[in-house]
Amino acid sequence: MELLAFGKTGWGDELFYATLMTIAVSVTAMLVGFFFALIFTPLKLSKYKSLNLIGNFYTTVIRGVPELLVIYLFFFGGSGAIMYVASIFGYFEYIEINAFITGSMAIGIISGAYSTEVFRGAIQSIDKGQFEAAKVLGVSKFAQFYKIILPQMLRLAIPNLSNVWQITLKDTSLISVTGLVEIMRQSYIAAGSTRDPLFFYSFAAVLYLLLTYLSMKFINRLEAKYSRVY
Amino acid sequence: MDFELMFTSFPKLLNATLITLKLLSVSLIIGMFLGLFFAILRMNKNIFINKFAYGYSYVFRGTPLLVQIFIIYFGLGQIEYLRTTFLWVILKEPYWCAIIAFALNTGAYTSEILRSAFQTIKPGVIEAGKSLGISNKIIFFKIQIPIAIRQSLPAYGNEIILMMKGTSLASTVTLMDLTGVAKYIISTTFKPIEVFIVAGGIYLFMTFIIHNVIKFLEKKYSFQQ
Repeated sequence: MELLAFGKTGWGDELFYATLMTIAVSVTAMLVGFFFALIFTPLKLSKYKSLNLIGNFYTTVIRGVPELLVIYLFFFGGSGAIMYVASIFGYFEYIEINAFITGSMAIGIISGAYSTEVFRGAIQSIDKGQFEAAKVLGVSKFAQFYKIILPQMLRLAIPNLSNVWQITLKDTSLISVTGLVEIMRQSYIAAGSTRDPLFFYSFAAVLYLLLTYLSMKFINRLEAKYSRVY
Repeated sequence: MDFELMFTSFPKLLNATLITLKLLSVSLIIGMFLGLFFAILRMNKNIFINKFAYGYSYVFRGTPLLVQIFIIYFGLGQIEYLRTTFLWVILKEPYWCAIIAFALNTGAYTSEILRSAFQTIKPGVIEAGKSLGISNKIIFFKIQIPIAIRQSLPAYGNEIILMMKGTSLASTVTLMDLTGVAKYIISTTFKPIEVFIVAGGIYLFMTFIIHNVIKFLEKKYSFQQ
């Protein structure tokens, strides 16, 4: 237990901050994922074949390639890509992106592919009559989406989005390879300096279980709120 | 775009794919037995056995695969007693540690898939078997298991693809699988995009094959004929 003490003697406070970091990366990645889903869901549902192709390419590639490989691509290629873009604008200094941004971008793109699939499925399972009724009543495209489709879609999407959240939360452990100090990285450091890997990795597992358990509780409440019948 | 690098790294990456496939197939086979075993335990009426099986799948599905590998590879070696038993022969090898972690992980998911498949079997099917005087054992092996396997094919196909991606974590415990070799080439040449295209292409190809094999099996064993 003294290994977990707060302050200089133990690893309690370090692990506490690492847990906050894991939550921060997961939330950021989830939001980045929503942003990507917002772009790619319409592409996948578009009536134009070429736009469909772009949307399908994104979800197929990201869901078919290991998360770790995507993270390595961002970790090794991220600052190079940014520097290339900067050089077009006449900026030639070395640019380093911090591990937080690299990590949440990489995980965000992965989580975005799953979110896109969830939103696509949810929109497709809304009855066609709803769209037609809105059209007949002369509702604007904007109001149609925000007032009619979105509320119905969210209700259908929340259970599946909770799966995406669990995947995203667990995927953040992979960012530890880039050196970002989240739960996994902190456990690695603590295990190395105390020579007690069994304890620290088991504790990390407990922390992840706690996070998944608590987020399930929260999502269940959200689900109950949105599943009321209109 | 450095096409030469893509050409020279392709055979190296293809070679590493063999290790990925070996890790995948061995852990899937062990995981399938574990999954069936725990799915049967989940249907047991004894509350302790039931809770034990539920706890297993909850823990392995609720924690990242990376933590599981690290506990087995770095953690278990710390127990002095284990070092004296024959288990140490297995546990000191990163290859077997990775397989144990993968098998336990996929076993947890498989048990959930099979459990829900068993639950969708209509009681009438089992009753029909009973009234025909077929023994419980034969009902289970010849009626329930085949139906459950057919029911769980789509979900299990997804699980195989997830597991294939999961094997990339073997590279974190010094194994040179497809991702491990890709990372090595990237870190020596600093050409991440080229290597990503080749390695990602190989992974996508495997996903494509698995996807189509499962689709074929689904069609072959579908009930409507």
